[in-house]
Amino acid sequence: MEQVNWVYTDKVLEHFMHPKNILEDEKNYHEDGKGITGNIKCGDQMIVAIKVDKEKGTIADCKWKTFGCASAIASTSVLSEMVKGMKLEDAFKISPKDINKELGGLPEHKIHCSVLGDKALRAAINDYYERSGLTEKVKREDARVVCNCMNITDHEIEDAVLEGARTFYELQEKTKVSTVCGECKDDVERLLEFYKNKHFCDIEEKPVTP
Amino acid sequence: MNPKERIGRHNKKAAREESMDKRLIYFDNNATTPLHPEVKKAIFEALDIYGNPSSLHGFGRLARKYVEEAREKVGRFIGAKPEEILFVGSGSEGNNTVLSILNSQCGACEFNACSGKELITTTIEHPCVLEASKCMAEKGVKVTYLDVDKDGKVDLDQLKDSLTPMTGLVSIMMANNEIGTIQDIKTISAVVHEQGALLHTDAVQAVGKVPVDVNDLGVDFLTLSGHKIYGPKGIGAVYIRKGSPFCPLIRGGHQERGRRAGTENTIGIIALGKAVDMRAIEMKEEEKRLLAMKETLRKGIAEKIPDIRFVGHPIDSLPGTLNVSFDGAEGEAILLYLDLAGIAVSTGSACASGSLDPSHVILATGLPAECAHGSIRISLGRENTIEDIDYMLHVLPGVIARIRDMSTAYVRRQ
Repeated sequence: MEQVNWVYTDKVLEHFMHPKNILEDEKNYHEDGKGITGNIKCGDQMIVAIKVDKEKGTIADCKWKTFGCASAIASTSVLSEMVKGMKLEDAFKISPKDINKELGGLPEHKIHCSVLGDKALRAAINDYYERSGLTEKVKREDARVVCNCMNITDHEIEDAVLEGARTFYELQEKTKVSTVCGECKDDVERLLEFYKNKHFCDIEEKPVTP
Repeated sequence: MNPKERIGRHNKKAAREESMDKRLIYFDNNATTPLHPEVKKAIFEALDIYGNPSSLHGFGRLARKYVEEAREKVGRFIGAKPEEILFVGSGSEGNNTVLSILNSQCGACEFNACSGKELITTTIEHPCVLEASKCMAEKGVKVTYLDVDKDGKVDLDQLKDSLTPMTGLVSIMMANNEIGTIQDIKTISAVVHEQGALLHTDAVQAVGKVPVDVNDLGVDFLTLSGHKIYGPKGIGAVYIRKGSPFCPLIRGGHQERGRRAGTENTIGIIALGKAVDMRAIEMKEEEKRLLAMKETLRKGIAEKIPDIRFVGHPIDSLPGTLNVSFDGAEGEAILLYLDLAGIAVSTGSACASGSLDPSHVILATGLPAECAHGSIRISLGRENTIEDIDYMLHVLPGVIARIRDMSTAYVRRQ
């Protein structure tokens, strides 16, 4: 049979077949910070644990576990390699786009599977700051309520875009945003454009501030 | 097939690592099937039948002869008269066509109109029925979705309660594509007809796998498809009981007695005729063989892998369909690790579908979403052997263990 390549790149395949830095013994790892994100009901959940080189302020080691698909496994595996030796501040800024680039690209509908790793990493870094009393460094990803009727935040809109919503209608289908009074429609459309640009536009245009 | 052919650029390393002889196994026969060798032969021969079946000359008459022969074969296979068989392009087209009769009050064509304006269907139908129902609802048809129990059986009491004098059509699939559960269509048809409504069954997964006779079942419409029974893609048929209301989905030609415009897919039709002929010969023996293999597989999985659940009816089920859910393991990952080992299955996980929603069928049986995300469907077919089952049982436990080792959602029992 003719072998047709996977929809995934060689690098994704490599990390899927031989995932690196799996958190095998959670109890005895003695991490400095740990973050959990996602939900098994939604089909993916992620735990990221880090050890920190306190002198240098860098990540000395990073391990993870996931209930997730090939993209989730590969993107977290590659993330765990990327962050080793990285300054905490820099690791905090890693975006799904960076991970995607490192993997050589994921199919568009699989990008949402790769967003949990960096979220869990940020949670782990914050957890480390909290544990070591550096609370002034903790950065919360404050969500802003956009749709008051349905109580939908900008984060939920961003997630919906990452999950494939490209039009206002698709956003409504996914989140029920702007389905009651409709007052937030303009705001939602602006956010939609912003997040589409942020995650799916490779041309370096300065996105409009939401 | 030579396992070496399998080694593409991605798999060299994997191939070296495999200790057991690598095989290539197709366990996705509910998605589609390989062509039966006899069907392949029939297709080759049909390639030269190029006349338009509508033409009056010799070329056309020859094509017409083959098309009508195939119609007879398909009809005979399900106990229908040839004129009750309508050839269509796919099972999905067939189902959409039948559901569209609810809009047949336009008076533009001479077919009987459907008097009812209400539709009853189930929550576990194929997306083509669910989406067509949604579209009907947008157009003003009242749609009721029947629930199923944990094994996937339709709630008969709910059906009785839902039927009203305004019910035009009830559409209930005969066998489910994901979990294999077979409905009691005969009982259902009695209930439906008592209220004067019409019954359609999507039998795409049932025809050719279990005995189907339209008169025994008492259905008014039935859909079947070629590529699920070792025929080619792009051909299906709808049984329309004589005198039933109808509304063409594709207009503008006299083909299929005005019920479906478009020059007949002669090659596909001939191939479908051959495919049902072969099913008539092979189905009974194959049913026993598949059942035995499925039982070995079911027992093997239950023995070798902890924390699993089988989904679907234990007895009223397609002979070759086994749906199993593994706690703490995600379906797309299972599918792809199996693919690397040369085994093809499908999954109810959202991650494989692109839609992000896990299988609506598994959710409908009442299992939680995480079980739907962790389910795979193994569907056996005529080319599978017991060695395939052995290989699956050799590979699968390792795949599940590997995924569970890195899972946040699995705690090994002490």
